[in-house]
Amino acid sequence: MTKPKANDYRGDVKPIWCPGCGDHAVLTAVMRALAQLELPREKIAVASGIGCSSRFPAFLKTYGIHGIHGRVLPLATGIKLGSPETTVIAVGGDGDGFSIGGGHIPHAARRNVDLTYIVMDNSIYGMTKGQPSPTSPEGVVSRASPYGTQERPLNPLLMALSYDVSFIARCFSGKVREMTEIFVQALQHPGFSLIQVLSPCVTFYNTYGHYNEVTQPLPEGHDPGDRLSAIQLAMNTETQYLGIFYRDEDRPTYNQRFEAVQALAPETTLDAIFESLKR
Amino acid sequence: MEQPDATVVVRIAGEGGEGTITLGDLFTRIAACSGLEIYSFRTYSAEIRGGQVMYQTRLGIDRVMTEGDEANVLVAMNQQAWIEEHEDLCKNAAIIHDAHVQVPNDSHQGFPIPAEAIAQELEWARGKNFVLLGALGWFFRLDLDVAADLVRQQMRHHPESLEKNLAALRRGYTFAQQTYPEPFPFALDLPDTVEERILLSGADAMALGALAAGCDFYAGYPITPATPTMESLARYLPAFGGKYVQVEDEMAAINMAIGASFAGRRALTATSGPGLSLMTEGLGLASMAEIPLVLINVQRAGPSTGLPTKTSQGDLFLSLYGGHGDAPRFVLAPDSVKDCYFKTIYAFSLAERYQMPVIVLSDQAMASRQATTPLPGEPWNGPLARLTPTPEELAGDYQRYAFTDTGLSPMTHPGVPGGMYLAESLEHNAYGYPDQTPGNHEQMMRKRARKVETAREMLADWRMTSRRWGDRGAPFGIMGWGSTRGAVREVTKRLQAQGIHVEAIYPHTLLPMPDQAIVDFLSTKRAILVPELNFSGQFGRMVEHRYYKELDERNVHIYQRKKEQGVPFKVREIYEATLEMIDEERKLWNKEHGEIARIFDTVQRLGEASGTFEKDGGHCD
Repeated sequence: MTKPKANDYRGDVKPIWCPGCGDHAVLTAVMRALAQLELPREKIAVASGIGCSSRFPAFLKTYGIHGIHGRVLPLATGIKLGSPETTVIAVGGDGDGFSIGGGHIPHAARRNVDLTYIVMDNSIYGMTKGQPSPTSPEGVVSRASPYGTQERPLNPLLMALSYDVSFIARCFSGKVREMTEIFVQALQHPGFSLIQVLSPCVTFYNTYGHYNEVTQPLPEGHDPGDRLSAIQLAMNTETQYLGIFYRDEDRPTYNQRFEAVQALAPETTLDAIFESLKR
Repeated sequence: MEQPDATVVVRIAGEGGEGTITLGDLFTRIAACSGLEIYSFRTYSAEIRGGQVMYQTRLGIDRVMTEGDEANVLVAMNQQAWIEEHEDLCKNAAIIHDAHVQVPNDSHQGFPIPAEAIAQELEWARGKNFVLLGALGWFFRLDLDVAADLVRQQMRHHPESLEKNLAALRRGYTFAQQTYPEPFPFALDLPDTVEERILLSGADAMALGALAAGCDFYAGYPITPATPTMESLARYLPAFGGKYVQVEDEMAAINMAIGASFAGRRALTATSGPGLSLMTEGLGLASMAEIPLVLINVQRAGPSTGLPTKTSQGDLFLSLYGGHGDAPRFVLAPDSVKDCYFKTIYAFSLAERYQMPVIVLSDQAMASRQATTPLPGEPWNGPLARLTPTPEELAGDYQRYAFTDTGLSPMTHPGVPGGMYLAESLEHNAYGYPDQTPGNHEQMMRKRARKVETAREMLADWRMTSRRWGDRGAPFGIMGWGSTRGAVREVTKRLQAQGIHVEAIYPHTLLPMPDQAIVDFLSTKRAILVPELNFSGQFGRMVEHRYYKELDERNVHIYQRKKEQGVPFKVREIYEATLEMIDEERKLWNKEHGEIARIFDTVQRLGEASGTFEKDGGHCD
């Protein structure tokens, strides 16, 4: 069998994203990472929620499920538990993941289910045409916030670090090569990985220039095993570091836990249970 | 209303936390082990501790179908028990009560037991309920060894208190034996042979039904009164190679189950009203993306938090119509503890074969009750498998959502080469890709809806349309659904014995409604009674709306008997409502008859009158 190419994973549907949208770069990086890992297409499932970025699964030739708003993590968890041999990727935006679906992240972290969660964070609601999102900076003026937003933005990486997600990284759509490398590592990570991709919305909130200025690679010598140092680096909002902040590969995955539970459960049959219910 | 022959209603009431439910549960089990048929009901307050709780169990020589109405025997653990329960007793009821409970000496027979004092004497204050259990054992002449064995088995997780409880049990038994040696007025003759029965709760019946159907994935969030089903699956599912997850909320529950089903598992979630409200969006996803899913809804009284521990049938409309858009689904209505087992198996067959969500509509009363049941045996039709594409279909141009005559299109899952597809919550084309053109939308809506119609044939094959009993073709009918069936059965039995002709029908599936059976049932009716446990009479309204033509053509009258009190129907309530309906119809008939007689009379006089007119020669003013 020949080595797969990134384009082998491309679906028949043309992306609906605006020209210049950061999500095109994410799609490219995902396809390249899948090709690099030589994953058979039928052994990949991509799940998503609702939003521009959540249209993602339709643009790949793998198994895909486009679910409902905010529920991509439970959906993807179900797929991984149902089919442990499948590589499961969850995708969505900042509204889907950090607003309506924010309650699912700590529990995905607790379970350490083996899936890769890519959040395309554009700090705006693009599909509904430009309302502020949980990661919009304070004071952003939009049609839905004519006097400026009155809430402080969420720090997704700090949140993920405090939830103890076992693999945490940040990428930027302007840097596809680096993003691909991080996706490869995340896909290989045995457990739950969360990647925040700074993925600008060219139509409603173009941040390319800003991110080109404030992003830079994590300091050389940063030890991804050092959670405290990762927290310090994530707290820096002036400079947005890119790279793998944190990684813990020693935890059992959720599927491994189930193997342990199944071994603990005493063997029984339906007939035996009925027998035990006899008077 | 007197209990029918050879049954006794025993009601145990006391404060939550003082062992009232334990007492009721153990007494029920001991009675069952002694060969009696039992049927129990419990109601408790929403508090963890405190608040009055009540456990009612009906004992019988033959099969028992309801927990009974007024109690023959009241076990009053505290004064409040007497205050709350004394108006709901049979004449000459036996009151077994703690000695400090004041029971007025009128139409009842008092059997004081110094349970608290005996327990204190044993230096085991918590053992009051076991003293009373021992006394009950003597009154019903149950075998003390059988009782002790059962206590040992049931209390094995509390070894520190077991010996003390056993001592309390024995002291209660001997005290009652010495103090009340004469025969107890409500003791039943114990059968010589103990027939093979299992003691099953509705909650466990559903969990075991899921296992029998090959369920291998469960995701759920704790909610009263659905939690016992979840806990049974937590215990058993891993032994069957399945996975059980307690999730963070109901949205996670249904979406995780959908994910697992997408991946090829037979997935289940269970919840109660508030949880179903939260799950309706997910239900729409399963319907839209055609992903099999079984959802057990153990109804409790709403709206909002409502009466979390009390029963109701108020989620019918939510189950049938809940969610935005037209999202086809199946809704099954189990109507007994045993039926909870079978309907859960059928739910999986329907879900898997028709790739749709299936709601099993149970309720608190049915889920939490224990009943003696024969071993359920094999289902009429084993669990059906999912429709999968053939290798040829996979090698060719595989269309996951292909348009077919039946509406069914083969489904694959991750891992199957050539079967890759997109499961879309957006309207989609035959491949699953988004397609919002007008023609496609309506065609897809038709495809999904057609599956429900396609299923009718199979449901008929499975004898899964309706239960019908009583006098075939009788002019008066009773039509209900779900857990009220036991009470209605007793009513029809009584009426038949009294020579009053009534026929009853209970649909197995509420969606689709077994129209043919119901239209046939209605074709001979003058009036029907629709009893249900909700405030607005949802089922009656649905029947009225769905069969308006048939009802109108034949002028069939609908009488609704609604009850929304958090407790099941008494047999008496349905019995009286049936008699009222018949009486009302008699009055109507008399009135109509009177009108007809007057018309007849008038017509008779017509000849005379016209003759008179001619004789008069007529007036032309």
